[in-house]
Amino acid sequence: MTRYAGNAAAIRSLVRDQEVHRDVYVSEEVFQLEMEHMFPNSWVYVGHDSQVPNAGDYYGTTIGTQPVLLVRHTDGTVKVLHNRCPHKGTRITSETCGNTGKFFRCPYHAWSFKTDGSLLAIPLKKGYENTGFEQSHAATGMAPVRHVKNYRGFVFAKINDGGLGFEEFFGESLSSFDNMIDRSPVGQLKVAGGVLRYMHNCNWKMLVENQTDTCHPMVAHESSAGTVVDVWKKAPPGTKKPMAVEIIAPFMSPYEFFENMGIRIWDNGHGHTGVHHSIHSDYSAIPGYFEKMTAAYGEERAKAILGENRHNTVYFPNIMIKGPIQLLRQFKPIAANKTLVESWTFQLVDAPDMLLERTLMYNRLINAPTSIVGHDDLEMYERAQEGLHSNGNEWVNIQRLYSPDEAGQTNVAVNGTSEWPMRHQFRAWTKFMTMGM
Amino acid sequence: MSMVAEAPLKNAVPTDQELIDFVVREARLIDQQRFDEWLDMYADDAFYWMPLEWNQTDPRLTCSLMYEDKLLLSIRVERLKGARTFSQKPKSRCHHVLQTPQVDSRDAAANSYVTWTPIHYVETRLDEQALYAAWVTHHLSVENGKLRIKLKRVDLINCDAAFGNIQLFM
Repeated sequence: MTRYAGNAAAIRSLVRDQEVHRDVYVSEEVFQLEMEHMFPNSWVYVGHDSQVPNAGDYYGTTIGTQPVLLVRHTDGTVKVLHNRCPHKGTRITSETCGNTGKFFRCPYHAWSFKTDGSLLAIPLKKGYENTGFEQSHAATGMAPVRHVKNYRGFVFAKINDGGLGFEEFFGESLSSFDNMIDRSPVGQLKVAGGVLRYMHNCNWKMLVENQTDTCHPMVAHESSAGTVVDVWKKAPPGTKKPMAVEIIAPFMSPYEFFENMGIRIWDNGHGHTGVHHSIHSDYSAIPGYFEKMTAAYGEERAKAILGENRHNTVYFPNIMIKGPIQLLRQFKPIAANKTLVESWTFQLVDAPDMLLERTLMYNRLINAPTSIVGHDDLEMYERAQEGLHSNGNEWVNIQRLYSPDEAGQTNVAVNGTSEWPMRHQFRAWTKFMTMGM
Repeated sequence: MSMVAEAPLKNAVPTDQELIDFVVREARLIDQQRFDEWLDMYADDAFYWMPLEWNQTDPRLTCSLMYEDKLLLSIRVERLKGARTFSQKPKSRCHHVLQTPQVDSRDAAANSYVTWTPIHYVETRLDEQALYAAWVTHHLSVENGKLRIKLKRVDLINCDAAFGNIQLFM
């Protein structure tokens, strides 16, 4: 039974000012419509250009559930191609990354393509003469995603022709990327350290919402962060606080800490926690780093860059970044109740290695399938995914600190425990779901 | 050898059989959830390392699934006991099957002994059960007449796969 396909009114009815219907999390039909409409209408993160430094380098990923390739073309630009042969649909590459040389060659029938996707050669080409092949879909080669933007190394793509331009879609929110990148003395990041991949049996949006949910850490993470605080209390006085304790203990900060940290709202579902301070504010200085930054930018600018302690910046639809620790998480939708979480880390080019070491420690302590903090969160997501099947209440409440005049406001900073970001994400969700429907 | 209590070494230098018994006992303590006794098998400066990459050599500038000192291991053990550890309501259980540990190297002068043990590890909670295969390398030394773990390295055969929760110890 279809309830929502081609029915923009039915989709809009799922999102109210202060609550959303459970079908946005549990309905396979809604999930399929997200893949058909919302993801293709949005600018979705594909990868970082340091993953494909040389001509012919490729990296395979997905936009929504569609397989794509990020590839460095012979002219030095990065392209995003649909990862299927125009002939029979075979995925061209199966290894996540590699170098294909000057062209891709399909392993099934040896059709070959330039690294911009255009058809290069077909064996026994004569067989297509006088068949009208030039007018076929196949003749265009591996279809490129036409709308691609490389923003200071971060590559985004939009599959549909409709929707918003890159600048209009992201607007002022790009300042969080700028801050993360500017933390390198030479303004350059490099993917480093390996990616953590963590399977979640829940809807992808639960993870996105959780990034700005500041009323859960001291509750859900009492088991992990609370234990860290308790165990650390028993350390002999004067013991130097280990990096791991600096990283996990702030999750137990009281409600007032999170209320005062603030949340900023931008257009199109983007926003960030940690306007004034964050759980990353009180990390120990890394020897030699500030000196390098001062030499590169001057003291005033270096202080301004490092003084930003944005906690989580959510970029609609499915990534978050942590500027102060150079980390990007992508919430890859697989099914209504299944999400692959990839946590990527970056090296600040020309900065001390100790920064990458801390970033990697953060990643494995918080985002790994072996992480006690991750265990706390996943338990809550999976319980929600199951609990939502109750017919006792079909609605999820998102009205904390709701104000009737908030729709349409942008670039405002509010109380750090507001659920405005979630309401805001769902306003964007409705917009990009129904756009062109 | 009795598995109930740790047997003291007969001599200053452990025999191969004593090394093997020690490794087998470690797995048993995990399976029986005797985590405080299990922690005592680790030296104060020990690390438990579960690499993320195939043939990983660097635990510092390459990410790992786990690279934890005794403080972090003790935090895990305390957390498992916690009243508000909701991901352990109900508790996970686990089961090790070990191939006989092989003694890869023994250097009494350096007080350094290395064993290599292929394992199958099953972790279960509620209706979910997952099977993992790994090679475990133990770096052991003798402290105050007892063997202690300096480094335990767990190389999963599919270290780079996407996993759900892994909550106990391999």
